[in-house]
Amino acid sequence: MSDLVLRSAGSLATQPNQTELKQDALRERFALFGLCSPALLLVLIIMVLPVGWLFWLSFLGEDGNFTLENYQRMVESKSYARIFRNTFEVSLLTTGICILIGYPLAYFLSQLPRRAANLCMITVLLPFWTSLLVRTYAWLVLLQRRGLINEWGMDIGLWDEPIKLVHNLTGTLIGMVHIMLPFLILPVYGSMKAIDRDYMKAAANLGASPAQAFWRVFFPLSLPGLFAGALIVFVLCLGFFVTPAVLGGGKVIMVSMRIATNIELFFNWGAASALGVVLLVLTLVILGIASRVLRFDQLLGGGHGS
Amino acid sequence: MSETTLTGGALPITIRDATKSYGAVFALDNVDLDVRSGEFMTLLGPSGSGKTTLLMVLAGFTRPDYGSVKFGEREIVRTPPHKRDVGMVFQNYALFPHMSVAANVAFPLKLRGVSKQEMVERTEQALETVQLAGYGERRIDQLSGGQRQRVALARAIVFEPRILLMDEPLSALDKKLREQMQIELRRLHDKLGMTTVYVTHDQREALTMSDRIAVINHGRVMQLGTPEEIYERPANRFVADFIGESTFLPVTVQQGVARFGDQSLKVAQMPEAGEDLLLMLRPERLQLITNDSEAADGEANRFEARVREMVYQGDSFLMYTVLENGTEISLRGMTRRDTVSTLPAIGDVIQLALHRDDTVLISAEEP
Amino acid sequence: MASLMKWLGEPASETQITHGGRLWLYLLAGLVMAFLLAPTIIVIPMSFSDSQYLEFPPRVWSLRWYDHYLGSPEWMQATFTSLKAGIFTMLVATPVGVMAAYGLFVSRMRIASLIFLILVMPIMVPVILVAIGVFYVYVQVSLVNSLLGLVLAHSILAIPLVVVVVSSALKSYDMNQEMAARSLGASRFRAFMVITLPQIRFSVITAALLSFLTSFDEVIVAMFVSGGENSTLTRNMFNALRDQIDPTIASISTIMIIVSTSLLVLAQVFGKSGDEP
Repeated sequence: MSDLVLRSAGSLATQPNQTELKQDALRERFALFGLCSPALLLVLIIMVLPVGWLFWLSFLGEDGNFTLENYQRMVESKSYARIFRNTFEVSLLTTGICILIGYPLAYFLSQLPRRAANLCMITVLLPFWTSLLVRTYAWLVLLQRRGLINEWGMDIGLWDEPIKLVHNLTGTLIGMVHIMLPFLILPVYGSMKAIDRDYMKAAANLGASPAQAFWRVFFPLSLPGLFAGALIVFVLCLGFFVTPAVLGGGKVIMVSMRIATNIELFFNWGAASALGVVLLVLTLVILGIASRVLRFDQLLGGGHGS
Repeated sequence: MSETTLTGGALPITIRDATKSYGAVFALDNVDLDVRSGEFMTLLGPSGSGKTTLLMVLAGFTRPDYGSVKFGEREIVRTPPHKRDVGMVFQNYALFPHMSVAANVAFPLKLRGVSKQEMVERTEQALETVQLAGYGERRIDQLSGGQRQRVALARAIVFEPRILLMDEPLSALDKKLREQMQIELRRLHDKLGMTTVYVTHDQREALTMSDRIAVINHGRVMQLGTPEEIYERPANRFVADFIGESTFLPVTVQQGVARFGDQSLKVAQMPEAGEDLLLMLRPERLQLITNDSEAADGEANRFEARVREMVYQGDSFLMYTVLENGTEISLRGMTRRDTVSTLPAIGDVIQLALHRDDTVLISAEEP
Repeated sequence: MASLMKWLGEPASETQITHGGRLWLYLLAGLVMAFLLAPTIIVIPMSFSDSQYLEFPPRVWSLRWYDHYLGSPEWMQATFTSLKAGIFTMLVATPVGVMAAYGLFVSRMRIASLIFLILVMPIMVPVILVAIGVFYVYVQVSLVNSLLGLVLAHSILAIPLVVVVVSSALKSYDMNQEMAARSLGASRFRAFMVITLPQIRFSVITAALLSFLTSFDEVIVAMFVSGGENSTLTRNMFNALRDQIDPTIASISTIMIIVSTSLLVLAQVFGKSGDEP
């Protein structure tokens, strides 16, 4: 204790080079911060500032005075409630389907030898790198009334007359699952590859059947990746626009689409902003809860590791 | 000139008041240390002791909170690393994998604007010095661990720095190669003559290679001395404990006589009275007393103990015994025909002897 | 046949499950991979059809829709705009992002994680929000329909990708090498350029290509802030899609698929030569 007192007393008096070294340390910090500043400035000016502005606008009425009417309308109006329900339904369904078909594929890939895995990985990476619009367009073509799927379906006798596969929820889901799958598969694959294969040998050695070894050992260890992937998919779905707009045919209205129409057709900045703020807050709350469970960089690291 | 030698002469290093804290933890606590010109100085300590921090302060990668570091007469504590002109060998060598061996070694020369002709010559010389002549065109991943170690060394000495820093450079090698490299590094140091500061947590390595050793713990220098001083006359319990294997017996001093329990001890040096003392027992300094043994002369302290366990270790054996008061002490002996034939069985009560000249009394207080 | 039966009976993993016991997994994985790949593959032959309605396989092959695309000044101008925007976005986002990733990695400042969070924000905030926010601000400063405005907006969408990709590369890079270079006499800047950059180049190139694609493929921001002679290709495609299925888009899509595939191949080739020599 007395040692500590002595030491702090000592630091009051100038120790050799103390001030200069402190200055050097500050200067170095400043230089390193300087490296980040162009990116930081861009993001602050081009994104944080405008979004902040929208936040402000959401509290203004048409007469320019402070009001909560934009939020009130959202609570009262049935159409808004439907849009939010719609958005959540579509996002949940997409995430669920992605897990159901993406997890087995990731597992399959993780079990392959390196070369074969890299080859099969192309089927995941190629769509990942291909324009979302192009992929949406491709589904539009495939799923339309006289499209390939309908023709093949009738050819092999699955159904007799063209069924409606697009401009509805089905089409939207097919398109969104297709676009979101790589976002789920990549982190899941990453976490599966990180599992030491000796664990499985150990489980087998200790008497676990293949199914037991999988469910008791492998599956729990792959959960962080699955959780990260599912979260990315869900959050991206919440803000989705292009695919439901093209494949939904006006039957599936997501929050993003309503925001766009509010601006494009009605020039209603207040309403659009309020919707945007709610969407943003929902997204951030979900990410915030998730980041308590997951490490943050793990979340981001998985999504784009190609 | 066929090999790299030092043209500028070695430089002494003077460290004063070097202090670095991370929050409430002091990685360096007012360290004063003088490294003599041309000396091989080892910083020895457990992990987290601050030895690496001190080396990084010398290299310029860690900025101390305050303090002074001089190379010769030049104050360098604020000098950035690339202007310090010290050679450094890193723990995992830090060779540049995208360059050939020759390009790695030539790197510091290139930065110093050395002419192409001279660069080629000096690179080859440096590789020769570390016995890798003709390896210049190899890629780094084609080299074995020991060869990488040599390349890292060649790269650190090729520009003839007057100070060489090494951060646990042998820790990645297997035991045999490590021992061989220890001798080789020491030889190289003697030939080149640069002041060398070497960090390790391996006491045997430190004892083998160093002119002097600074034992470091909690950011402070616990003892500074030659390997022999450090081993034979540890200044405090930490050093005695950290270097070698030792057990301690509590000792009191009454009327100028050191006592263990009610047994009075014959000691080499009489300590000042009144202190709480410990008698340091090294396993190899204890002797097993047999009937025909000459160890039982009047100059030895005798202890009665019961054999608890025997461990065969090839060149030597280790005998674990328990004193009457419950203290466990161990004894090491060479496995020779004459010693092995007379070994007691487990459970036997035996007599152990410690010669007066082998007694070391140290303060029981933590430094 | 016999060898197939033998294969089915062989153990497929550490837990001694046989290939036969896993057949369902192989089938499912095959189907999902087909699902992932099919739409992009099928568009290509369809684009060579002569028909007004897209057919597979085309009854009459022709380059009709490519002629239509290449002959249309509007489509050409949009393509040119997209290319320009993509290249400029890449040129802005890559250096700025690499600098930020390096600065964040090297400094052990407590605010580093906060800065990281701000920098990756743009990929978490719904794009529509960025789009209308930027649109609102651009109206005030007359940047709407300008290439500069578009590039700036696309850059902030690309910066997070650059920062994430380069940060993870730095994490697996041995920083001791940069320290070694500095101890040997290289300034920090020089050490980064000569030692660090060559070794993380795969990630930097990947990041640059991703930046280009982020801009080139982006729809929503472009819908709001690009227009007139600076309309992007995707904006025009999206508008065309909302109306009817124009086969010209199949030909454009084919070209875009070829572009992104070759970028992916490029990234893989650079990656292999960089990471595993």
